Amino acid sequence: MLRLEAAEITQDTFKLRADLSIERSRKYAVIGPSGAGKSTLLAALCGFIPLSKGRLLWQDNNITSFAPGNRPMTMLFQDNNLFPHLSVQQNVGLGLRPDLRLSSGEKDLVQNALSRVGLGDFAQRKPGVLSGGQQSRAALARVLVQARPLVLLDEPFAALGPALRNEMLDLVAELITETKASLIMVTHAPEDVRRIADDVIFVANGVAEEPRPAAALMDNPPQELRDYLG
Amino acid sequence: MKYLTLAATTLFATSALAEPAQLVVYTYDSFVADWGPGSVIEAAFEAECDCDLKFVGMGDGAALLARLKLEGARSDADVVLGLDTSLVATAKDTGLFAPAKVTADYDLPVTWGDDTFVPYDWGYFAFVHDKKISPPKNFRELADSDLKIVIQDPRSSTPGLGLLMWVKDAYGDEAPAIWERLADNIVTVTKGWSEAYGLFLEGEADMVLSYTTSPAYHLIAEKDATKAAAIFDEGHYMQIEVAGKLAGTDQPELADKFMQFMVSDAAQSVLPTTNWMYPAITPEAGLPDGFNQLVEPEKALLMPNDAVPALREEALAEWLSALSQ
Amino acid sequence: MAFSTVSISSKLGIGAAILVVALILAALLAVLWRAEFNSGLGPADWSAIRFTALQATMSAVLSTLLAIPVARALARRRFRGRGLLVTLLGAPFILPVIVAVLGLLAVFGRAGWLNAGLAQVGLAPVSIYGLHGVVLAHVFFNLPLATRLLLQAWQTIPAERFRLAAQMNLTPHAVFRSIEVPLLRQILPGTAALIFVICLTSFAVALTLGGGPSATTVELAIYQAFRFDFDLSRAAQLSLVQLGIAGGTAALALWIIPTVSIGGGFDRSLHRWDAQGGLQRVLDILAIGLTTVFLSLPIAAVVIRGVAGLAETPAAVWHSAGVSIIVALISIVVLLSIALPMAGWIVTRPRGGSEAVGLLGLAASPLTIGTGWFILINPVADPFALALPVTALINAFMALPFVLRIIVPPMRDTVQIYGRLTQTLGLGGWPLWRWMILPRLRPQIGFAAGLTGALSMGDLGVIALFASPDTVTLPLQMYRLMGAYRMDAAAGAALILLALSLGIFWIFDKGGRWHAQA
Repeated sequence: MLRLEAAEITQDTFKLRADLSIERSRKYAVIGPSGAGKSTLLAALCGFIPLSKGRLLWQDNNITSFAPGNRPMTMLFQDNNLFPHLSVQQNVGLGLRPDLRLSSGEKDLVQNALSRVGLGDFAQRKPGVLSGGQQSRAALARVLVQARPLVLLDEPFAALGPALRNEMLDLVAELITETKASLIMVTHAPEDVRRIADDVIFVANGVAEEPRPAAALMDNPPQELRDYLG
Repeated sequence: MKYLTLAATTLFATSALAEPAQLVVYTYDSFVADWGPGSVIEAAFEAECDCDLKFVGMGDGAALLARLKLEGARSDADVVLGLDTSLVATAKDTGLFAPAKVTADYDLPVTWGDDTFVPYDWGYFAFVHDKKISPPKNFRELADSDLKIVIQDPRSSTPGLGLLMWVKDAYGDEAPAIWERLADNIVTVTKGWSEAYGLFLEGEADMVLSYTTSPAYHLIAEKDATKAAAIFDEGHYMQIEVAGKLAGTDQPELADKFMQFMVSDAAQSVLPTTNWMYPAITPEAGLPDGFNQLVEPEKALLMPNDAVPALREEALAEWLSALSQ
Repeated sequence: MAFSTVSISSKLGIGAAILVVALILAALLAVLWRAEFNSGLGPADWSAIRFTALQATMSAVLSTLLAIPVARALARRRFRGRGLLVTLLGAPFILPVIVAVLGLLAVFGRAGWLNAGLAQVGLAPVSIYGLHGVVLAHVFFNLPLATRLLLQAWQTIPAERFRLAAQMNLTPHAVFRSIEVPLLRQILPGTAALIFVICLTSFAVALTLGGGPSATTVELAIYQAFRFDFDLSRAAQLSLVQLGIAGGTAALALWIIPTVSIGGGFDRSLHRWDAQGGLQRVLDILAIGLTTVFLSLPIAAVVIRGVAGLAETPAAVWHSAGVSIIVALISIVVLLSIALPMAGWIVTRPRGGSEAVGLLGLAASPLTIGTGWFILINPVADPFALALPVTALINAFMALPFVLRIIVPPMRDTVQIYGRLTQTLGLGGWPLWRWMILPRLRPQIGFAAGLTGALSMGDLGVIALFASPDTVTLPLQMYRLMGAYRMDAAAGAALILLALSLGIFWIFDKGGRWHAQA
């Protein structure tokens, strides 16, 4: 279980408070108005922004000051998730071994992950020649081999068309369920929330609220959420 | 087999007997170049000395002296070859040199009275020009003419310093006025002789400061008779190149022997067509052909060696202020 | 972008920087230690300092400004011979000074082609000698370098930006304002500072083309102090002044560089849709055409003279060519092992001021460094035995500022764009270099290595002090030929030198760009 305890994130004049827990094997959607601090929350969880107050606990261990690479999570960003100069296989392989000295077993693992996301034949290609959907799949294959208990998505599919985005979300949901990981996903689209989220973290007015069950919340949103959903 | 030889050499090297004595001679760069006098002289001397003569080339005469001052008494050098008359006094002041034991009957236009340094070749500074132009007869005529000249900077080059002393020697207190009048003839001032001579050959100037012996190179090596040196009636300043023995040498006898060799016919006959200067002692076979066609100045100028450092300061300041306007 | 985004260890970089500073300080202190303090700097010294600063400023500003239209034109035009032209841009920079000066004089000199042409149409001749001549020569040397640095920066603008511009049908002016100006703000100050420092240490060019002692630079005064006066105290004082001017300028210029990133892209090959209009086309053709003529005529003169002299070039020249190639290769290795960690350290710092450390070597006067090291080494070891490593090290020091200028900006971008990704992957240490930095920066590293190699080929070595009889480099051999009246053979040697330098430059530069356009 990941717990953000009495945390405060400060960036210049912007402040975000959060006190919440992330349970194992659940899928969370982070929603809220633009500029409310959704990406900031993820960046703080991942260790790119230090907490100015409070603690981050993983299985009751304090990981507040851990480097991003040493945290039990992996993250997909809005862009730049792949190195353009490395092949798809190498990009995925980096998730297993940063020095890319892959054993044959590890190579199989990479290949399996690529097959799992439907890129089995694209291992040697460079990201630049892949379509947007294929690039997302390659990044997901890496998430798969990294096998971290928590997966954070910062709108990585925002640029994709609706059909493709749904396809990717379904794939993410499948993978997360298979690996029994937890998912924390920033999104703007209420239909995304309905599609895969178990719980919703609503971020507004400088506060990231505690997760609430998605279905109930979306069926009967409180006023502030209603304002946001429009 | 190779290893065996190596082992043998190492063994023998430990006993001093096996290795011939080594004589280290610091000299200027152009002396040791493949086409310079170095290789011929090295072979000839080693044939008679049963020793290993090692030339070490570095820059020009001024660089040699600076190097010696840096190394001080612990220098590896036994002999320094290539200082000139403008550096002799400064070199002596270092106390690094020992008197030479050399006897020779020099054919120099001046009497050589220094007992520390041994002259081995010499030349007159002169302005070299293409025979197509009619050269001026002295500095005043040059200053009045439209002719363009390239000279070397006295702060970085020995010929440049030579010209400075030349004008000073010929004109004394009038030297600044001469420089002011020459200012509009000077195309530019270069770092060293090579740059200036290169510019002249490219046609950037009508005349270049060099030596009366320069046309001999074109005559002998290039069969080109179009170059000549302008003879000035004020007389021509001389450059005498000398060798000196270091006080700290571990081979004093060999050093003396080498310096004596430098004034022997074997060395002297090599110098004209490799160093393109007059030998300090005319070889028995006489000067090479091209040299006989060279014009000779009527009058040789040379400041006393001891007077050079002080005069240099004064002349340099005059030169700078005359040309900086 | 407030993320702290790097996991490059700064230990090695700081170590390399300390090594550079320590070796240069040691040299200065050694010179001071041996010096007897005679006097402060005189009026002549101060006028040399003023002239030096003036010509260096003019040269830097002019070279950098002129490079903008040229780099812009090269960045957005594709034409036959473009690659060749970009390689040839390296040529003036690596020519030994005297060769380049003779080449320039063949074109602009009293008996040069320009004046011959003017005489044909009945115009009065122009003189190259004077401050304008010095600046002209420095622009000849440095315009190509500035152009390459700007061009390289231009090519790091992701294709996506220009796609966006094409999409919105931005006018050339708007493209310039929105995409190119932010880039220039990042690149120009450092480029100008670098050229300023190069011109600061100019000596033979300034004197020869300046036309007389009024064109005395600080470096000439240092040379005089060492060689003729043996006034070590004055030499050290002048070196310190030179170092102060260079260091101050560089630190200021590098400090004002904003550290904004240009943003990432997907390495798509750069295709430009903008600037198809007539006026832009004419301007670009003019910029490229004039530059090509200006740079290639003096080089053509060098080549023509060289071909004529090639037959007279003695065999020793080829041996020296071998020595020079070895020196160049060692210099490249030494340089990269200093420059890469240093760049890695610099990009982790919020401001670029620390890059000024790299300029120390260039600014401290090679003569002073060489003499200082000689004073230190001579008592404990044979300087000749150390000729090769010392030469390589000094060459590396001289090339360091160029290389940092080439590598630091794109490395900063790379780190900003992919820093978070590398951190989530836990990529650090050698794997970070192996899998991210080196492959991302391959074109720049190739360019830097090529430039270093070429510079080392053309370098005169550590001023005679360390040049042992067995390690006579090609430029030294060429000077020897000139010193022995053999100007034709020297011209031949210069041509060989030019060909080899360009060859080394081309191989590394090309190697860096090989397959780079994925």
